[in-house]
Amino acid sequence: MAGTPEKRGKWFLLLAGILFSVIFVMSFALGKYPVSPGELIHVLWGKLTGAPKDWPDDIELVIFKIRMPRILAGALIGAGLASAGAAYQGLFRNPMVSPDVLGASAGAGFGAALSLLLGLGFAMVSINAFICGLLAVIVAYLISTKVKQNPTLGMVLAGIMISSLFSSGTSYIKLIADPNNTLPLITYWLMGSISSIRVSELKAACIPILFGMLVLFIMRWKMNLVAVGEDEARSMGVNMNFMRVVIVAAATLISSACVSISGMIGWVGLVIPHFSRMAVGNDYRIMLPMSMLMGAGFLMVVDNFARLIATQEIPIGILTAFVGAPFFLYLILKRGDTI
Amino acid sequence: MKLTVTDLGFSYKNQETLKHVNFSADTRQCVCLLGENGAGKTTLFRCILGLLGGYQGQILIDGADCRHKSVKERARLISYIPQANLPTFNYTVFQTVLMGTNPLMDTFHTPGNKERKLVYEKLELLGITHLAQRGYANLSGGERQLVLIARALVQDSDILIMDEPTANLDYGNQFRIMEKVKKLAGQGYLILLSTHNPEHALLFADQVLVLKEHSIIKSGSPKDVLGSKMIQDIYGIKVELKNISTESGMVPVFVPCLDR
Repeated sequence: MAGTPEKRGKWFLLLAGILFSVIFVMSFALGKYPVSPGELIHVLWGKLTGAPKDWPDDIELVIFKIRMPRILAGALIGAGLASAGAAYQGLFRNPMVSPDVLGASAGAGFGAALSLLLGLGFAMVSINAFICGLLAVIVAYLISTKVKQNPTLGMVLAGIMISSLFSSGTSYIKLIADPNNTLPLITYWLMGSISSIRVSELKAACIPILFGMLVLFIMRWKMNLVAVGEDEARSMGVNMNFMRVVIVAAATLISSACVSISGMIGWVGLVIPHFSRMAVGNDYRIMLPMSMLMGAGFLMVVDNFARLIATQEIPIGILTAFVGAPFFLYLILKRGDTI
Repeated sequence: MKLTVTDLGFSYKNQETLKHVNFSADTRQCVCLLGENGAGKTTLFRCILGLLGGYQGQILIDGADCRHKSVKERARLISYIPQANLPTFNYTVFQTVLMGTNPLMDTFHTPGNKERKLVYEKLELLGITHLAQRGYANLSGGERQLVLIARALVQDSDILIMDEPTANLDYGNQFRIMEKVKKLAGQGYLILLSTHNPEHALLFADQVLVLKEHSIIKSGSPKDVLGSKMIQDIYGIKVELKNISTESGMVPVFVPCLDR
């Protein structure tokens, strides 16, 4: 392709945008109750323009009540986790880092498991997951401030420790949970699923997720400098203390909110930023929006698989790796030099 | 522009790294800092760059104290050229140099055409325009060092601090980089660099600083400072200073006196 990598990146971004839109619309048509593309466009167009209703009730029910929440959730969570992962990787200058590195996921998982054990309602499960996720990160962050020489490394180490602490807590809860009803519930939740997401949860979670993504998007240029390293960034006029707090806060807000409504969906935050880097390079000005689009598209596709493959829904957290890992391995084998 | 360091002291925890460091330097000067490993060269640089807080004494630029300047104000005055290590993320040369425009812009601005032009200007100046779209990690050590210099020039500050710019470079690149550095000093920059090669100081420095036992024990022109006695003091090795006649005049060199 002609032109500089900068121009090429913009074309790729446009392409990803188109692909995202196609997947988004297509996803409405896919599922146990097939809706033909013609019907789908007719209904969507009718809803958009406010035309009089001339389609059967069950089509509307399937499209707007059953499929729309999970499609929107897939797009939102995919974009959120991917951008949070991209931000963490830049901040910690480590491509192996994912949104759960500071313990957000482990904390949220613990919060959810505890709430399920106590038999709380779904809203409380989400709220507790969110609170525990944030709590884990705040504790990890406070510990890391004691590490003067290398605060970034301190943060990662503290995060790993906090994660394992919360994970053991979760394991203990599973041990004492009633194996007939509570345990399967916890296990299923921890696997990650967006099949049963309700519009009210989606509404509540979209505020922190979109807000966090907006903050990261505004910061996208400065993230380039952050990713180069602490000393160099500061010598180029970046206030690292401020950036560290803002990036950690925004990315944590996103990942906790995602985990709180969907359970643990691993993999997206770790690998989608890599796909994005391979496609458009490292410049966060293009790489970050690219990650968002790819993450959203990827999770919608995987969710389509989740509801099509077997008669019983497969938790999406299992499928993300099944679909993504072979593809990623293929990319390593084919273009190992550019990773 | 004048950089003055008065009575600078710094301790890591209880370990004193710098004490009573005094020197001053002007633009159009290439200042070489010599000292054995662990003498505190990097600490001194980090203090001047504002990367280490909590130092004693003063660091003044044109008489104004740097202590309370914001990171951005400081970036407009001093830029930093680190050692050209392998980066985590392989940015292109253009993207790398573009980062230097950060302190020139308002907080939420991203680089536009003006900044792009500036980048190409400096790449041109250093003769590396052809590398613009290459990945930084795929370059040789010497090319990487030039890219980092270009990034510092884009920053448009008068003081450049270089941490061992010739470390990890081959013999030829060491001299090519030092010649470029010397030329930049002539164009109006103040360049403060650390080096482990006293001959570089001898050949290229306008002023030499010797850091030993946490403070600057001697400063002045290379001829005055760098005798064989001083080299033995710094590095604990016996050398003789010889002037050798070459095509381009007399060149001073150190010859180590090794046991035979």
